[in-house]
Amino acid sequence: MKMVEAKNVSYEYTKVVEVKGENTERKLMALDDINIDIEKGEFIAVLGHNGSGKSTFAKHLNALITPSEGTIWVDGMDTKNDELVWKIRQNTGMVFQNPDNQLVATVVEEDIAFGPENLGVEPAEIRRRVDESLKMVGMDGYQKDTPSKLSGGQKQRIAIAVILAMKPQCIVLDEPTAMLDPVGRHDVMETVHRLNRENGITIILITHYMDEAATADRVYVIDDGKLVMQGVPKQIFSQVEKMKSYGLDVPQVTETAYELRKMGIDIPEDILTVEEMVGAVCQLKSTI
Amino acid sequence: MIRDITIGQYYPADSPLHRLDSRVKIVLTLLYIISLFVINSFIGYAVVIGCLAIIIKMSKVPFKFMVKGLKALVLIIVFTAIINVLTVKGDTPLCKIWLFTVTLEGVFYAVKMCLRIILLIIGSSLLTLTTTPIKLTDGIESLLKPFQKIGVPAHDIAMMMTIALRFIPTLLDETDKIIKAQQARGADFDTGNLLSKAKALVPILVPLFISAFRRADELAMAMEARCYNGGDNRTRMNVMEVSKADYMAVAVFVVYFAALIAIRILI
Amino acid sequence: MSIKINHLTHIYGADTAFEKKALDDINLEINDGEFVGLIGHTGSGKSTLIQHLNALLVPTSGEVLLDGVNIYADKSKLKSIRQRVGLVFQYPEHQLFEMTVYKDVAYGPGNLGLSEEEIDRRVRSAFETVGLGEDIYDKSPFELSGGQKRRAAIAGVLAMEPEVLILDEPTAGLDPRGRDEILEAVKKMHEMRKITVILVSHSMEDVAKLVDRIIVLSKGRVALTGTPREVFAQVDKLESIGLAAPQISYVFAELRKKGYDVPNDIYTVADASEALYRFLKQVK
Repeated sequence: MKMVEAKNVSYEYTKVVEVKGENTERKLMALDDINIDIEKGEFIAVLGHNGSGKSTFAKHLNALITPSEGTIWVDGMDTKNDELVWKIRQNTGMVFQNPDNQLVATVVEEDIAFGPENLGVEPAEIRRRVDESLKMVGMDGYQKDTPSKLSGGQKQRIAIAVILAMKPQCIVLDEPTAMLDPVGRHDVMETVHRLNRENGITIILITHYMDEAATADRVYVIDDGKLVMQGVPKQIFSQVEKMKSYGLDVPQVTETAYELRKMGIDIPEDILTVEEMVGAVCQLKSTI
Repeated sequence: MIRDITIGQYYPADSPLHRLDSRVKIVLTLLYIISLFVINSFIGYAVVIGCLAIIIKMSKVPFKFMVKGLKALVLIIVFTAIINVLTVKGDTPLCKIWLFTVTLEGVFYAVKMCLRIILLIIGSSLLTLTTTPIKLTDGIESLLKPFQKIGVPAHDIAMMMTIALRFIPTLLDETDKIIKAQQARGADFDTGNLLSKAKALVPILVPLFISAFRRADELAMAMEARCYNGGDNRTRMNVMEVSKADYMAVAVFVVYFAALIAIRILI
Repeated sequence: MSIKINHLTHIYGADTAFEKKALDDINLEINDGEFVGLIGHTGSGKSTLIQHLNALLVPTSGEVLLDGVNIYADKSKLKSIRQRVGLVFQYPEHQLFEMTVYKDVAYGPGNLGLSEEEIDRRVRSAFETVGLGEDIYDKSPFELSGGQKRRAAIAGVLAMEPEVLILDEPTAGLDPRGRDEILEAVKKMHEMRKITVILVSHSMEDVAKLVDRIIVLSKGRVALTGTPREVFAQVDKLESIGLAAPQISYVFAELRKKGYDVPNDIYTVADASEALYRFLKQVK
């Protein structure tokens, strides 16, 4: 079953720019003919530098904006169909970058209740979902806490719990770790992976951190509104030069392998982790 | 300093006061404020202070926390006191300051006025300290419901209040940061005349407004993504129910109010 | 300018229920012209520490000496201290407020009471150092890209021509390209102006490439200090504080555990490929 299907999706917007002292409108393409298929249960990373169009794409998945051309289906529902908007938003939750600007209430449990309340869920069921969602993100016991007293990573996990309480099949995370420190990033990523693995929730992670993308099932790279690369992380990251030309990083070990190959050492080019690097080096050493 | 402002803040704790129905608390707080204007004798004040002390103890909110909130308003209180001491006329003159005659009645009146302001602030801050903004606004919304028929947008008012209360601490933090950042660029907020002081605020206010708008924009998007579609068909996790404790609270309040009226008539 | 910190302790909300010791008896010395990386995770006290260096915070106890002079000795000198020790906060672009980028950068030097010509000279020189051209002078700050905005904000502090420049997480929230631009600019500042630079970060990779010395803070105390080589050689200790060394350091730590004779102080890709090449080409 397909979770998301994007067919020839383009998004055009007008920007007022000053040319020789006069304001003129210019049409710009934030997304240009994007085709993407995401299966249910997949963990997808969408990579791209700031302004590449990846966030615009993310907003399409939640029907916050709709394509100027082409169509996006979320769980088979056309996002342009006004009657399906609320169903789509319940189905595909969204977590944004700044944890401070997406929490509505001053108490954790009330914040998590906000979503199901909007959906008109019964009070007893909301209470059950609040407790369950907090458990799922490893924040059980924080029901009565004030979000402003929590760390960035904890706030972001609350934001994920907020979405979980709406019982979505898919969560779109738009640079959820960009404002977090390493500990917070680690906790959020671990939570997201667990939700994908144990609860079968489709994850679409918008990011510019290559180490986060390296753990995905598949990676899409967007540059200048165009889909420029797609494949499993190994295929993507082994193309070191190409990634750099899109303003993206590759893991240090991948880059080291790339450098060694340039020096004439026959080491695999698709090394992504420390273990793989150590394994490859040991094997080479024993065959010399 | 700027972070000392506690108005509208919620203090998380589990107390009988926290558990009361927010509607009951709102109505009782309003009546409490009225009660402050019923009393005019020191015995009346003693009764109010005594009752308030018990209530504060019950609320589990540290007294220090409330005093901190008062600090920001010290100026208003002092100002009120001075005006009253100087202007209230009476029969027992104490001394003369410039054009004004200070009288014993004036001093008493000033003390009463200040007590009234302090009691008003502490009493009403108890409402926000023991009620989460969401419950508070749910209460207001519910109380305003009857007026919806005559066009009062009860839900919208309530939602605006929730968000305003939610962002007060965030924006205070932000103000603190911006002040420091501009100070690091040599900004000076302390010297110069009134005009230059006002000018010095521009580098704080502009970034603060921009930030507030950016936050509002992002929050609106996040709310929409969570299926927020106005007040229709919304349910609530916490169903508002008037419980035994609420009836008790009302009963206690009636006794309190009756006592104050009795004191007023008898003394 | 040299900085000396003696027994610096800072307690937030002293004598209240929310009392928190953010800094606990810090002793540090930073030499004139040094490039220092200050590392620690959120709550380690690093933001509190740097706010003491230009007198935005007053220590609970202890002292900060700039060129041997206690910065709190004379309150009337605060402005001059803040000029000499420039502090760039996190997300500095959030403090831009003027109509044009040029005016915004001129705000700091303008506060110092300099002549028009001198302000203009400083502003232009600051723009050049951060790599922004004249074409953006008259633009509104909001027309710039994220990385450009950040560089303009840094130029705003640089234009005060400080002797010490402190940057708090200057790359937070930027993408790799924006990050590289900022780090490049910081490197240039240090080389061209010969000033002392303190780079606060939680990214080991960023810091490793640039600094002479790393100071690791944990729970308000100095946990480690030394050159990047010395610090990253202690992978286990870093891990125990909740920090990580650059990814490539772990490869070498693992190889050493397996009994291979490889260096333990590698933390950049260039050094790593060099070392692995030599290791693999060694005659058996």
